[in-house]
Amino acid sequence: MNLTLHVWRQAGPDAPGKMVRYEANDISPDMSFLEMLDVVNERLTAEGETPIAFDHDCREGICGACGLMINGIAHGPEKGTATCQLHMRSFSDGAAIYIEPWRARAFPVIRDLAVDRSSLDRIIQAGGFITAATGGSQDANAILVPKENVDDAMDSAACIGCGACAAACPNASASLFTAAKITHLGLLPQGQPERYRRALSMVGRMDLEGFGSCTLHGECQEACPKEISIDTITRMNRDFLRASVTGGRE
Amino acid sequence: MATGRGFYRSLVGKKIVMGVTGLIWVGFVVGHAAGNLLVFRGPEALNSYSHFLKSTGELLWIVRAVLVVALVLHVIAAVQVTRQSRAARPVGYAKQEHQAATFASRTMRWGGALLLVFIVLHILHFTTGTVRPAGSFSTTDVYANMVTSFRIWWVAFFYVTSMAALGFHLFHGAWSSVRSIGVSPVSADPLKKKVSLGLALFLWLAFTAIPVAIFAGLIG
Repeated sequence: MNLTLHVWRQAGPDAPGKMVRYEANDISPDMSFLEMLDVVNERLTAEGETPIAFDHDCREGICGACGLMINGIAHGPEKGTATCQLHMRSFSDGAAIYIEPWRARAFPVIRDLAVDRSSLDRIIQAGGFITAATGGSQDANAILVPKENVDDAMDSAACIGCGACAAACPNASASLFTAAKITHLGLLPQGQPERYRRALSMVGRMDLEGFGSCTLHGECQEACPKEISIDTITRMNRDFLRASVTGGRE
Repeated sequence: MATGRGFYRSLVGKKIVMGVTGLIWVGFVVGHAAGNLLVFRGPEALNSYSHFLKSTGELLWIVRAVLVVALVLHVIAAVQVTRQSRAARPVGYAKQEHQAATFASRTMRWGGALLLVFIVLHILHFTTGTVRPAGSFSTTDVYANMVTSFRIWWVAFFYVTSMAALGFHLFHGAWSSVRSIGVSPVSADPLKKKVSLGLALFLWLAFTAIPVAIFAGLIG
């Protein structure tokens, strides 16, 4: 297949950027979106041009490194799919494809399509963990957890931290990311001791990083490659409200 | 208290304030619509209902105070979160396709601004009688005030337009308020808004029927 790409090119964090047009010819429909970009980059390198910078790592949809705004949709047109798992068969021959980086104040562009998502790391550092006890490991079933809680916690834990939620959000809010972590830990017994302190500090950090406010458009849920539900945001708000009343104490 | 300030400083805290104040107004407009529908039962019914409301004295003023405070908080928080959200994306997309956002969710801000203008004009029109499009105003004959006003096409048009805005605002707002304050249950399809749709349709129809019926000459 032959495609026309419109790609955001930006030489550095402070350099001005613009959309540049490229032809991608002889692309196999079986290629992943990133492989298609690899082909374009090989040609650019051979022609002495700077290849297009984009983030990627595992290329099997589990690491959260890749993430592109493709034709105005975070991670492209397939639901529940990261950019690396999107295949060119999802596009028609001769299509024009717009490729842009995640746009948010908290995700500054490093170069071209690669953005700095360490703001998400700092939200996790603010409380997205449990202070684990060390020592001999417990018997596997010593702590009982209701099945529904396990399921919901696991669904939230599926977050790979790609940032598509904030990228797709019309308000550039990272609520789904933060809420997924708060829900994942808040539903499990190990997460209880720090549950309310966690809600306060992670929500506080999210604001500090310059993300916007959730207005429940639902765009994040649709963009999420792990299809995490906006129910988690309701849970985050509930924990935050309760934590504000109790001052973060249990 | 440090916690209280921290609560409101956060965007989640502001949204919770918007949710609570929004729901107070949802409750009010439901009662308001139910009361207004008495216009279809004739001047007696409506005027005696209005007389009853005014006879509650202090209670009426308490309700009014709660509504004004809720409105002010709702608007201030809305302006603040809007500013922060705009600042959160300094460079926009060349292309963005919405996947879930509805017309209602995307017009919350402008629709809300229109409703604020409407509320002010509406109070000046029917409560204080400061604005008198029909020339006359009676403090006791609410029925006559309605009929003379809504016979004027632009008054009827303004109310009909504003009530469409109310319908859209409540369709997204009633649903999202409940979620913002953290009380909605876990659901398989969280974007479904059946209750909210029913509520918005009822309020839109009830409030629109009155000016339309009067303008068409079915009442009065």
